[in-house]
Amino acid sequence: AARMFLRLLSDVRWRAANPKWRRMTCSRRSTSSTAEPHPVSLPAQAQVVICGGGIMGTSVAYHLSKMGWKDIVLLEQGRLAAGTTRFCAGIVSTARHVSIELKMADYSNKLYQQLEQETGVKTGYMKTGSISLAQTQDRLISLKRIASSLNVMGIPCEIITPKQVAQLHPLINIHDLVGAMYVPEDALVSSANVSLALATAASRNGVQIHERTSVSHVSVQKGCVTGVETDRGQIQCQYFVNCAGQWAYELGHSGEEPVNIPLHACEHFYLLTHPLKEPLASNLPTIVDLDGRIYIRNWQGGILSGGFEKNPKPLFTEGRNQLEIQNLQEDWDHFEPLLSALLRRMPDLEALQIMQLVNCPESFTPDMRCIMGESPTVRGYFVLAGMNSAGISYGGGAGKYLAEWMVNGYPSENVWPLDLKRFGTLQSSRTFLRHRVMEVMPLMCDLKVPRWDFQTGRQLRTSPLYDRLDAQGARWMEKHGFERVKYFVPPGKDLLDLDQSKTFYKPDWFDIVGSEVKCCKEAVCVIDMSSFTKFEISSTGDQALESLQYLFSNDLDVPVGHVVHTGMLNENGGYENDCSIARLSKRSFFMISPTDQQVHCWAWLKNRLPDDSNLTMEDVTWKYTALNLIGPRAVDVLSELSYAPITPEHFPSLFCKEMSVGYANGIRVMSITHTGEPGFMLYIPIEYALHVYNEVMNMGQKYGIRNAGYYALRSLRIEKFFAFWGQDLDAFTTPMECGREFQVKLEKGMQFVGQEALLEQKQNGVYKRFTMFILEDHDTDMDLWPWWGEPIFRNGRYVGKTTSSAYSYTLERHVCLGFVQHFDEKTGEELVVTTDFINQGEYEIDIAGQRFQAKAKLYPFSSLFTHRRRKDEVELSGYQRE
Amino acid sequence: FYLTPPQVNSILKANEYSFKVPEFDGKNVSSVLGFDSNQLPANAPIEDRRSAATCLQTRGMLLGVFDGHAGCACAQAVSERLFYYIAVSLLPHETLLEIENAVESGRALLPILQWHKHPNDYFSKEASKLYFNSLRTYWQELIDLNSGETTDVKEALINAFKRLDNDISLEAQVGDPNSFLNYLVLRVAFSGATACVAHVDGVDLHIANTGDSRAMLGVQEQDGSWSAVNLSYDHNAQNEREVERVKMEHPKSEEKSLVKQDRLLGLLMPFRAFGDVKFKWSIELQKRVVESGPDQLNDNEYTKFIPPNYHTPPYLTAEPEVIHHKLRPQDKFLVLATDGLWETMHRQDVARIVGEYLTGVHHQQPIAVGGYKVTLGQMHGLLAERRARISSVFEDQNAATHLIRHAVGNNEFGTVDHERLSKMLSLPEELARMYRDDITIIVVQFNSHVI
Repeated sequence: AARMFLRLLSDVRWRAANPKWRRMTCSRRSTSSTAEPHPVSLPAQAQVVICGGGIMGTSVAYHLSKMGWKDIVLLEQGRLAAGTTRFCAGIVSTARHVSIELKMADYSNKLYQQLEQETGVKTGYMKTGSISLAQTQDRLISLKRIASSLNVMGIPCEIITPKQVAQLHPLINIHDLVGAMYVPEDALVSSANVSLALATAASRNGVQIHERTSVSHVSVQKGCVTGVETDRGQIQCQYFVNCAGQWAYELGHSGEEPVNIPLHACEHFYLLTHPLKEPLASNLPTIVDLDGRIYIRNWQGGILSGGFEKNPKPLFTEGRNQLEIQNLQEDWDHFEPLLSALLRRMPDLEALQIMQLVNCPESFTPDMRCIMGESPTVRGYFVLAGMNSAGISYGGGAGKYLAEWMVNGYPSENVWPLDLKRFGTLQSSRTFLRHRVMEVMPLMCDLKVPRWDFQTGRQLRTSPLYDRLDAQGARWMEKHGFERVKYFVPPGKDLLDLDQSKTFYKPDWFDIVGSEVKCCKEAVCVIDMSSFTKFEISSTGDQALESLQYLFSNDLDVPVGHVVHTGMLNENGGYENDCSIARLSKRSFFMISPTDQQVHCWAWLKNRLPDDSNLTMEDVTWKYTALNLIGPRAVDVLSELSYAPITPEHFPSLFCKEMSVGYANGIRVMSITHTGEPGFMLYIPIEYALHVYNEVMNMGQKYGIRNAGYYALRSLRIEKFFAFWGQDLDAFTTPMECGREFQVKLEKGMQFVGQEALLEQKQNGVYKRFTMFILEDHDTDMDLWPWWGEPIFRNGRYVGKTTSSAYSYTLERHVCLGFVQHFDEKTGEELVVTTDFINQGEYEIDIAGQRFQAKAKLYPFSSLFTHRRRKDEVELSGYQRE
Repeated sequence: FYLTPPQVNSILKANEYSFKVPEFDGKNVSSVLGFDSNQLPANAPIEDRRSAATCLQTRGMLLGVFDGHAGCACAQAVSERLFYYIAVSLLPHETLLEIENAVESGRALLPILQWHKHPNDYFSKEASKLYFNSLRTYWQELIDLNSGETTDVKEALINAFKRLDNDISLEAQVGDPNSFLNYLVLRVAFSGATACVAHVDGVDLHIANTGDSRAMLGVQEQDGSWSAVNLSYDHNAQNEREVERVKMEHPKSEEKSLVKQDRLLGLLMPFRAFGDVKFKWSIELQKRVVESGPDQLNDNEYTKFIPPNYHTPPYLTAEPEVIHHKLRPQDKFLVLATDGLWETMHRQDVARIVGEYLTGVHHQQPIAVGGYKVTLGQMHGLLAERRARISSVFEDQNAATHLIRHAVGNNEFGTVDHERLSKMLSLPEELARMYRDDITIIVVQFNSHVI
């Protein structure tokens, strides 16, 4: 049965369409041994070498060749589309939570639809639609949120009743359903044939494809790819693309210069049956029953059904490689819960005969999102892998973005959520990956609620104060492996269990965070913010200043002791990073960036700083513990501990001084809090951390000091309209678009990256505008809470999406931040967004299909905040990160 | 408040022990795959004992459970000594000579037994010399007796039981200059113990039983179901033959007083036992020993107390009943257990639970559809059945533990009820004995491929 199945899925008529291709590979039908002669020898050099002939590799080859790159070699260790691609279920689904993933899936669907016509290769494309079922109200909310996103993207989608589900699919038991989401354009394909079609088209465009050629390692010189070593010889190349699927991790580690690609394979099971007595129609919609953890599609008159069990089986942790994935063991006992779910959903299938249980490994990543982009350590080394079992849905779009990235230097969409550089070496431990993917795979079906944290692979990076804070009731979340406090549970107060606290509504910590915010406003709080990325850049002469002036948009030639908020922009003026830089001396700078910038920012600067031994950059993240003293009494605590005058005259806002706190000397104190509230950041050499913390807490007692966490910080920064890189800001947003012209010094007397683009925006206006929305008729106790990604409507028309939101305890309202665009009513063309356009509209925010009135503002409230502040204006519209 | 499942497990598993016979020991392929044993105390300290050992100078394996009463001293002594007596009884003349010569000339002794002990199963160091001398006297007599005949296992077992009990009695009468040992031998003799011992050698299984512990064979029928075969008779008031035996051994005048309230002389539950000299010695001997004994003995009301209607001792014997059984391929396992188990569970249930446990762990082969015609519904039913079997088994790696979990935690439906299990295990010491007895279990698994 197994052999028959293989033949069914990888029907290879496509070769007839391409005589050249057939000649190259004609020997393969007689296949038995591995020692077949290779009719065509490898070229000695190429511009691009792609490793991996699955859907990813062929899609990258297809798109690169379409964009005009011709000198491409694709290497496959076994045969084309013979790995995970061959086995995958072939479902193209656009129902995705993350907007970039949704866009990739939408593009893939459109690409596959016309692929057969373009290439003459039968892809088995069939528009069946998909129905995602909800057994609970929470699940339905989750689906409604996706439906809102799909609708504003122009993808047809509707929320339907159980009765309508029954009309669309004859076999479904609807008794336990509360509703469903119907996406009529979702499709089915033969994934292997899609991959072969892409290969055919690429090959016509000149891409050379070599099967049974395996890459042993990639050669690197001076941090750049120079070639690949294969079992059939060497190929010199400028670009290497690792599309090796579940072997990508190993391949990344095979060279002298390791490239960390954190992914890990898990077994994945699905069932194939013989046809029903009355064979199922081939256009019957695919069913996704997330609460039952299964999907069900029609397959050759019968069904194909698999799922994501709660107890996944990771494999290949030790890195066992094999030429093609052999048929792994079927494990029926393991499949039992999924089979039960299937028969509960479609009881009439009881009498249907089993054909096979397929075991097909899929690779998963630490955060459930795929991995693409260039290695931070090796230039020219690109990666596309770790599809978390959605390879077919993402294949087309992911290949396109990566091809754009290689050809243009950047993709046409913000792909930061998928960027390889969001990971560092810390995520590449095999143990970590094994444990994390065992959590990730079941999550594919779990409810995605706001503020969710991974439970595995935790407590890796911690502040020296971790145990102290934990003992005081800290609840933790993790960013880039670093444990950070969410909030502190007061003694004697119990919060809900992890599972129960999953909610789309008001969370159980509402009052706890409220009291932390109140303390920040009225007294003083301390927040451990040690996870910040910290670099020191210094030089013997003026090299540091000159380089930074070129790479950053604000003017860094400020007196020693000043702190500058500035963007690190790309050529289009978009934010690659948003940071604060303190000038420690004439020739050295201390740079603070968001936590997850550690790898990206390092690579960005490394690649652009001049190769000059007199200019040094050091990552000092681990050397300093950062405490944020927020609140009107912070100044009192600090002055008592340092015996130094800290009045605004001696210590104005945006200032940095090294001083002593308690017995400890050399503490870098900066008069910023990242929230717009008064206070100080203390950068403490780690060995002093506990001492300084104890001193601060003891001294602070009489001023009512308490610990606080990031949730309080978040509420404070959002109500003050502070944007946060990675959430609100990305490589496609410029300072002009978010009201930060004042952080750009167009006239600072020298050129800087992004200057031209910004000048143009200054003259012609911007096409989107960062805006703050106050929800008007939203009931905090009863209504669904906003999260991010909610569509914004102006006068009933879609104008953009929110990027973050929080409850403002001061305003007693929800605040959403987001970008407003202006689409021409007739043509849909993007128009300039003016202040008047923003101000003269009636706004609504769509939360899971329900619209709430919102008031738009381009500037933060200042009259509401009556506490004493210094130079608010400067920091107020300043910056923020989390 | 209830114990959490991990707490329950740590209590249940505290005394578990497993032994696997090495598969290829080069000598012989054993008919025993291995055994699991465990015990759960109700008395504090526990009065049950267990032993397991491989005979090194003859073939075969010895396993036994011992249920003590009136203290644990006798059960402890029997658990240490009985297997040596059995092994010696089984040894051929030449080996006995060799051993005696070695002792005589101070050479290293051939090892007789290889013990398989849980760390909690201790041997008394102080008494070892005393015990050894008694044992040596026994084999010297065997050498002198040299019958020239090959040793019959049944006879050897009976001789060993009787000889050990005799030695216990003698040691108590003679006493020991060391006051600790003197008190020890008296406690051993005045307390009692039943014994149920299995000797397995190839397909020959001998069960020697004294008292009310029990040996049960688990048999798998053709259709896969499980049934139980008793390989011992309880020596108590429920056994009519045993009541008859006791009556035959004493004058008709005592007929009414011999068994009262289902107890021997109205006092003792088992009708056969080691120790218990109060039921074996004459009144004069008892008085003499107690009076000349240490103060502790004199202060003890129990030892001074003479059973009522005590006219024609001995009333009690340690002589075992021996049953021989030739193992068959369908005989999958043997359960030896003290009466603590049999009071709570029917043997049929024991057979089923252990049988399903052992096959669940060892014989649950993965399912492959292959070329068969299987419907989704059939597969679903099959898997549900397999899962139900596994779910009760997966917590235990030891058949004896699994059996104890059922014995203590079973509800009326025959499935383990965590709440009940938790309640039973959290009973305070003084109450525990009212709800259950000490339980000691050994489950021996046979190798059907060899039989």
